[in-house]
Amino acid sequence: MEVSKHLKRTRQDVVYDTIIFIILTFVLLIVAYPLYFVIISSFSDPVAVAGGKVVFFPIGFTLDGYKEVFKTSTVMRGFANSLLYTALGVSINLAVTMPTAYALSRKDFLLRKPITLFYMVTMFVGGGMMPTYIVIRDTGLLDTMWALILPGALGVYNMIVARTFFTTNIPQELMEAAKLDGCGNTRFFFYIVLPLSGAITAILFLYYGVGHWNSYFSALLYINDRTKWPLQLELRNILLLNSVNTTSKVMTEAELKEKERLEALKEMMKYSLIIISSIPVLVIYPFVQRHFVKGVMIGSVKG
Amino acid sequence: MKGNWDLLFFCLPGIILTTIYHYIPIYGVQIAFRNYKAKKGIWGSEWVGLKNFERFFNSAQAWPTIRNTLVLSAYSLVASFPVAVILALLLNSFRHKRYRKVIQAVTYAPHFISTVVMCGMLILFLSPRLGVVNTVIKSMGGEAINFMGKSYMWRHIYVWSGIWQSMGWSSVIYFAALSGVSPEYHEAAIVDGATKFQRVLHIDLPFLAPTMTMLLILNCGSILSIGFEKAYALQNDLNMGVSEIISTYVYKVGLLNRDISFSTAIDLFNSVVNSILLITVNAITRRISENSLW
Repeated sequence: MEVSKHLKRTRQDVVYDTIIFIILTFVLLIVAYPLYFVIISSFSDPVAVAGGKVVFFPIGFTLDGYKEVFKTSTVMRGFANSLLYTALGVSINLAVTMPTAYALSRKDFLLRKPITLFYMVTMFVGGGMMPTYIVIRDTGLLDTMWALILPGALGVYNMIVARTFFTTNIPQELMEAAKLDGCGNTRFFFYIVLPLSGAITAILFLYYGVGHWNSYFSALLYINDRTKWPLQLELRNILLLNSVNTTSKVMTEAELKEKERLEALKEMMKYSLIIISSIPVLVIYPFVQRHFVKGVMIGSVKG
Repeated sequence: MKGNWDLLFFCLPGIILTTIYHYIPIYGVQIAFRNYKAKKGIWGSEWVGLKNFERFFNSAQAWPTIRNTLVLSAYSLVASFPVAVILALLLNSFRHKRYRKVIQAVTYAPHFISTVVMCGMLILFLSPRLGVVNTVIKSMGGEAINFMGKSYMWRHIYVWSGIWQSMGWSSVIYFAALSGVSPEYHEAAIVDGATKFQRVLHIDLPFLAPTMTMLLILNCGSILSIGFEKAYALQNDLNMGVSEIISTYVYKVGLLNRDISFSTAIDLFNSVVNSILLITVNAITRRISENSLW
């Protein structure tokens, strides 16, 4: 669109640009404000938040909400569990996905077509909730973290993204040259392919990682033992199931006020909780947003 | 080595896990036609034919859950689909490149929020007593509204919060596709005196048609498999009339009531309808637009 820069914009174009500017700014505010609101509320005086006084800046700056979260041992335990499940889960995801994707990217691999089909089928046909549950139970995975890790060890979509990456980034000639030098497939994969796969490793790491960190459905199905709950289930207990118990006993004014303050604090703690639970994702997001988007684009190439 | 059989070892872990946790459950779907008892196992359980399906269709839950699933899913699709396309078109024709990057970074962000947190935020904001939305309503002299308890609001809340969360991310694929529009089209149109709006409408939008068709077909194929996670998280006794969808019902019947065969039958019905939809929509779009998945 180099030409358009040199041409004078017509009046209609100026109008168009202005309208777009306004619409997009509006979109930006709509998306950003709730996020911003959670952040400032998490640092504000609970009573001010409940009273609707917190609008643009934190009011009555306090870390009480965060202190409250750190005092809640279930949340801390859930956080630790989730870190473990995510780290272990992603390692296994990568260990299973990368070699498969590489093998299926090789046109001279005789079983390429049948194995690809084997995976494509799973994208459209599945056993459903209970049959899967039965298998997980019968293989002894119930109430262990393996129930959250093994069944989804290979995500077909992610595998296809990786396969497309290998097809386009590892030249066939490289393999042929290595073969002449007596390098086998395994050595080639570990010494040449993997070192060239930084970008795709990052993408898969993030896709799988965010998936593990954020999911609660599998844990809801398979993990009954609360000491093994991931963070999302603990969050669910506090954010979604917590009903405010209103006792009907007669209270003095001071008691009422104290009760109100406690209630507000409980409510505000949720904002801090949201922030803390999002920290791992928040920390990496700015660095990796580029990679995430790249992943979508690789995935959208029909393969 | 001819045929590179050793590459099979690369695939082995994935094949084993997928066979156990994906193909064996497919084989286990037969319990939909049996009266499954854990003690007797899949094979030992008595064969009952279509009884579980009959029971579902004769139950009072059948029609409401099917309807809720269809309405919620169709509403979601119809509302969110254009938003993503329009956002991509607007971003693509936006003059301020730096500002555009900011907008993109911010609108992608909610995609990475977990369902639990997303729903937690909704409930926090909309809470009748302490929620910020009701505080605003009250300060303007209105009455507090119990948003999550009003069944006529539930679908709107579900769908529009979903759009809030996913519009940026869903627009990525269209935005990427738009980089394929050849500048020559635009140059020729400028010479012919087309305005920017006309160019977006008549050059950019038609260019997205194949991508749109593809995604539309895929989305229609999953119209009945709308996510369990969010619907379940936003459910409460007051909105159950609209929020009980097939997947949440399958979960309750199967895992909470332990009525395993019955649950599997409903699930199976759901997948069969999905496949039929996918095939039908694909056939229709192939006939009218030449774009199709296969």
